[in-house]
Amino acid sequence: MQKIILAKTGNEAMALAMKQVNPDVVAAYPITPATEIVQIFSQYVADGEVKTEFVAVESEHSAMSACIGSAAAGARTMTGTSSQGLALMYEMIYIAAGLRLPIVMADVNRALSAPINIHCDHSDTMGCRDAGWIHIFSENAQEAYDSMIQAVRIAEHQDVRLPVMVTTDGFIISHGMERIDTLPDADVQSFIGKYDPMMHLLDVKKPFTVGAINLTDYYFEHRRAMVDAQNNALKVIKEVGQEFGKKFDTNYGLIEKYQLDDAEVAIVALGSTCGTSKVVIDKLRQQGVKAGLLKVRVFRPFPTEEIARALENIRTVAVLDRSDSVGGFGGPVFTEIRSALYGSAKKPQISGVVYGLGGREIDMEQIEGLFMDLKAGKVKADAVSYLGVRE
Amino acid sequence: MSELKKYKELALGGNIEKGGTAVDFKTGDWRSSRPIYHPENCIQCLFCWVYCPDSAVILKDGKVTGFNLDHCKGCGICAHECPGKKKVKAITMEEEVK
Amino acid sequence: MANLKELAARGDKFTGGHRACAGCGATIVARQALLAAGDKPVVTTCATGCLEVVSTIFPYTAWDVPFIHSAFENSAATISGVEAAYQSLKRQGTVTEDIRFMAFGGDGGTYDIGLQALSGAMERGHNMLYICYDNQAYMNTGIQRSSATPKGSSTTTSPNGKKIPGKVQFRKNLTEIMAAHGIPYVAQSVVGNWSDFTKKVEKALAKGGPAFIAILQPCRLGWGYPPELTAELGRLAVETNFWPLYEVEDGQYKLNHTPKERQPIDEWMFQQERFRHLKRPEHQAIIAQIQQDIDARWEQLNKKCSL
Ligand SMILES: Cc1ncc(C[n+]2csc(CCOP(=O)(O)OP(=O)(O)O)c2C)c(N)n1
Ligand code: SF4
Ligand code: SF4
Ligand code: SF4
Ligand SMILES: [Mg+2]
Repeated sequence: MQKIILAKTGNEAMALAMKQVNPDVVAAYPITPATEIVQIFSQYVADGEVKTEFVAVESEHSAMSACIGSAAAGARTMTGTSSQGLALMYEMIYIAAGLRLPIVMADVNRALSAPINIHCDHSDTMGCRDAGWIHIFSENAQEAYDSMIQAVRIAEHQDVRLPVMVTTDGFIISHGMERIDTLPDADVQSFIGKYDPMMHLLDVKKPFTVGAINLTDYYFEHRRAMVDAQNNALKVIKEVGQEFGKKFDTNYGLIEKYQLDDAEVAIVALGSTCGTSKVVIDKLRQQGVKAGLLKVRVFRPFPTEEIARALENIRTVAVLDRSDSVGGFGGPVFTEIRSALYGSAKKPQISGVVYGLGGREIDMEQIEGLFMDLKAGKVKADAVSYLGVRE
Repeated sequence: MSELKKYKELALGGNIEKGGTAVDFKTGDWRSSRPIYHPENCIQCLFCWVYCPDSAVILKDGKVTGFNLDHCKGCGICAHECPGKKKVKAITMEEEVK
Repeated sequence: MANLKELAARGDKFTGGHRACAGCGATIVARQALLAAGDKPVVTTCATGCLEVVSTIFPYTAWDVPFIHSAFENSAATISGVEAAYQSLKRQGTVTEDIRFMAFGGDGGTYDIGLQALSGAMERGHNMLYICYDNQAYMNTGIQRSSATPKGSSTTTSPNGKKIPGKVQFRKNLTEIMAAHGIPYVAQSVVGNWSDFTKKVEKALAKGGPAFIAILQPCRLGWGYPPELTAELGRLAVETNFWPLYEVEDGQYKLNHTPKERQPIDEWMFQQERFRHLKRPEHQAIIAQIQQDIDARWEQLNKKCSL
């Protein structure tokens, strides 16, 4: 298998993946730090490098609305956004999932206003975590590239048929230059295969109705079916990730364990923080500290069982959240993980750590400090603290 | 709809898999008055047909023959729009007796 | 233009069995529009509102053409996505038919919350016909005012009260806003004139490119009148010059109907509950203002049509 090594930012990597997927339709609207994805893709269209019909809509709400129309019409459909853009789409995000349309979206994670801020945190995508979309986080540009390609297969799988968002951390990944392995166009095409839209609106000889109103008699049933689709996705994401590994050497799963099996102290994180944490863990291991990491790659569907199994034997765990559920008990990752462990016979001491809001940097020293505090029993269990804020 | 379907029996995404299924839904019992057709006064202008909001004017070979009382809601538009013959209407409305 | 015999031969693509009020004008719009689209395949959408709600109560749909509803403010954006898919798949040869695209929206979904999406879609130049069925209020949610609600009208959010007699503002002229987009075809039509509407739908679809038709749609519930008057009150609105029938084709204005004798506006208003409070003598000035406004707009329109 021949790979092409390129230097790419996260945005460039995602735009390249989109080009190689060569979707039928892209409808998108610019927003920092995702703007480049839209710009680069527009250039591909202008240069005739894709067959895509590009719809330069007048808002993100219309972007997702057009994606919904397009996907219902049987076209392979993609888009990209961030933060306020995703927030403006919110209404349509639920509708895309409810209508079971396999749209693939690149979302560059950015904080939500107010105060307005263009830097990374996960508040934007976490805000729509219950909408029915599949959420895949990326540790780096390589993963973003690989996941965008896999996302097409996952979304379109007959047992899933749900939209997928692949996210990168704003600026940290989106604008950071990395060396990535890319695939030849033909390999991407053969991996994703041909799209079978099943029923679609352009099949004019078979008229049907999309988006009908449900009264109290049917709404619940239609939402219940989405739960099955999310559960099926647990299996499908792993299958697609393994097939990707078989063909292109890198396996993907729902979670990734790093030095976790024998760890005494561990952290749980999403996105780019995982990369930083791995470096810290390597250093601590050399010093004899049994530190480990659980990386959550797929946040929806939430891999409850795998996570419980991975964490139940560890003494102390801190869950890092790059978003907060203001007024709730900790960030969304903490809440989910604590709940996942509730049924385990053995449970770790667990605490929540909210960090990095609005792009506040998290460095190796802070992560190391956190590990040392965990080891020394200085982090209060069943409590939530804020790391890196002036208190 | 006799029996409500279970969630696994439904089409993906809440799609209604066929067009025009509303014909199976009866709205005729909403009526408080019903249209009566008097063919002798009818000039087959089709105004009743084109303005009926419920597609309830029955045509055979392009000619009005009566009303689909499963759907007709008794609005009276057909009668109102009917020019009839020599100012005598070919449709009149009569109170529905239940 | 197809005559009634030809339309009848085509058969209905919008069926009975929907749940609209008896005498609803919105369903007349949908039915006649689909009849006018003829035998050419058409894919449709409709914004949230009366027409969509009454016609798609699961598992019953009155649409016998491919139909999608997604939300309230995005009928134009949704159909532009469908049309983009068509352009792409047609170019690639996976779709071979010649398909037309039609979006419906109420006045709320068009004049107000959906104006941005409509403007965007029209500017982008999608091959689509947008039909606004204008019943002059948010009927589906219980008759609230919109920017299409005429001055003086009592709605549940511009009620006639002790201090304020119904809606204070004049209505927005959306048709002119659409004309200002410079699209190939813009027109006003009315429920109650089937041939005018049929002609306009046919023309709009045949022209290609973005097209917009605003059709005034009497609503027996929101306007407050006996249901059999739906078509007649539409025609009377035209005879008062409140709702002129005209079209703007490639920038050329054309009046389609000039009343033999312009009827005074209160002839139309006082057949409707929503204006009844204005019958009181102290409100004569409001009626006069409304009449003045109509006459001024009519004059302006005539100037544009005689250019
Ligand atoms: C974003 C959003 N805001 C509000 C509503 C509630 N809503 C549904 S239909 C409607 C009014 C529709 O009015 P119009 O477009 O004039 O159509 P009509 O019901 O009069 O036919 C409103 C306010 C909604 N569905 N979505
Ligand atoms: S009364 Fe109304 S619904 Fe019944 S046939 Fe006449 S127009 Fe149609
Ligand atoms: S409107 Fe009256 S005259 Fe015309 S076809 Fe109908 S029944 Fe006959
Ligand atoms: S409220 Fe008006 S527009 Fe809505 S269904 Fe009734 S008559 Fe039609
Ligand atoms: Mg309305």
